[in-house]
Amino acid sequence: MNRVVITGLGCVTPIGNTVDDFRHSLFSGITGIAPIGPFPTAPAGHPGVRFTQMAQVVDFDPLQYMSTGTATATERAAQFGIVAARNAVEHSGLLQAHAPEDTAIILGCSCAGRQAEEPQLANLYLRDARAHPLTVVRTMANAGASHVSIDLGITGPVLTISTACASGTHAIGMAFHMVRSGMVSAAVAGGHDAPLTFGFLRAWDSMRVVSPTLCRPFSADRDGMTLGEGAAMFTLETLESAQARNATIYAEIVGFGMSADAHHITQPYSDGAAKAIRTALKDANASPSEVGYINAHGTGTTANDSTEAEAIHKALGPDIAPTVPISSTKSLHGHSIGATGAIEALATVLALHHNQLPFTYGVTDVDTTLNLDVITKETRPFDPLRPIALSNSLAFGGLNAVLALRKFD
Amino acid sequence: MDDIEKRCIEIIAKSKNIPADSINLDTTFEELNIDSLDKINISFEVEETFKIEIPDDALGTLKTVGDVVRGVHQLRENKPPANVATP
Repeated sequence: MNRVVITGLGCVTPIGNTVDDFRHSLFSGITGIAPIGPFPTAPAGHPGVRFTQMAQVVDFDPLQYMSTGTATATERAAQFGIVAARNAVEHSGLLQAHAPEDTAIILGCSCAGRQAEEPQLANLYLRDARAHPLTVVRTMANAGASHVSIDLGITGPVLTISTACASGTHAIGMAFHMVRSGMVSAAVAGGHDAPLTFGFLRAWDSMRVVSPTLCRPFSADRDGMTLGEGAAMFTLETLESAQARNATIYAEIVGFGMSADAHHITQPYSDGAAKAIRTALKDANASPSEVGYINAHGTGTTANDSTEAEAIHKALGPDIAPTVPISSTKSLHGHSIGATGAIEALATVLALHHNQLPFTYGVTDVDTTLNLDVITKETRPFDPLRPIALSNSLAFGGLNAVLALRKFD
Repeated sequence: MDDIEKRCIEIIAKSKNIPADSINLDTTFEELNIDSLDKINISFEVEETFKIEIPDDALGTLKTVGDVVRGVHQLRENKPPANVATP
């Protein structure tokens, strides 16, 4: 089987619309979470939501990156995907070495098109208005993947994976397996989502899992997640091809684990998450003692963080689990649903490449009952003797996806 | 230039992100690189602006900006008064 490496990175996120800006914010602890401000699509006199913060992408004008026709035919989620994927591919030089027909695009997206659909439906139901003729193409879940293929001229397997908060991680993992098996010679993979509409925020508000203050994962007084939006994309290819063309290698993907809880549609379940972690390590042919960093799903809800800690203990064992440095970067870039796994994978790849582990921004007092080595306040050096990093995604619906990455020297 | 012509040109110019003064009645959709998706988008904006409905078979015959303007004139002239109930 092929060894698979990451040779290109691209992103559009609340903490940077370039990888350089993202990296700076990541390691400096500059958060993209800010007051919501006015809701652009909310009806007058609406009652609002109980929370006041979210993580929005700023300074993003699609016309800077694409034609008027493409910008008109797409919604914000697809636009993020197009820009991030183009940046990753251009930056890597991938298509100079790989045939477009032998390259895949596997993207994760959970809420595609909401910003185009929601105002349309409001008009349709409340004002008996007509639906805009571009509503279908703006809102279909695969719009992003399809536009990326058009933009880059890639004609191999192209598909969208939708597994809620694990979508981006599942997409990268499936692309990894496709390149590893030789099904394709290269892939563009990642996640993208732009769900911050009035209806979406109200729906999450009703679930009572959004922090009324600020997402602070692993804190003893944590009180919920903070929603976000964005995209992160990667180019994957075989180690052999990357070395042959002298490409920069940011990290090696060595394992991928998936599982379903088959338990509850929202309640996290440690057995399922632990199985995904174990499967990723088995796929990587690695042992728990080799894990030197975990980028947690770490939403900042009471239930997620305690269940994830329990899962890590089950998967790595009681002796090793408390010794592995762990952080959640969601308090920087927010929880962007279908994109978040890919954005966290980007944080993990940068951690490996720069030998620097990001800290969990906003932590007050660490919840000691979790019995984890939570990185707080400042970054830590990566221990090269434990070269594996895990990126966990534990989605609503009980769908778990874990990537195992290895530092590449 | 009458008001209908002016507004049709504005809609097309906005849709293609080009200056309105680069468009006249003889400008063809081909010259403006208007594809099928642009066409339904522009038609929707025209329909919403003038409160008309462009028939499906007419849509396929639109080749120039002048076709759009003449079509709007025609549909507005044939349009029943707003207070006439439709079956």
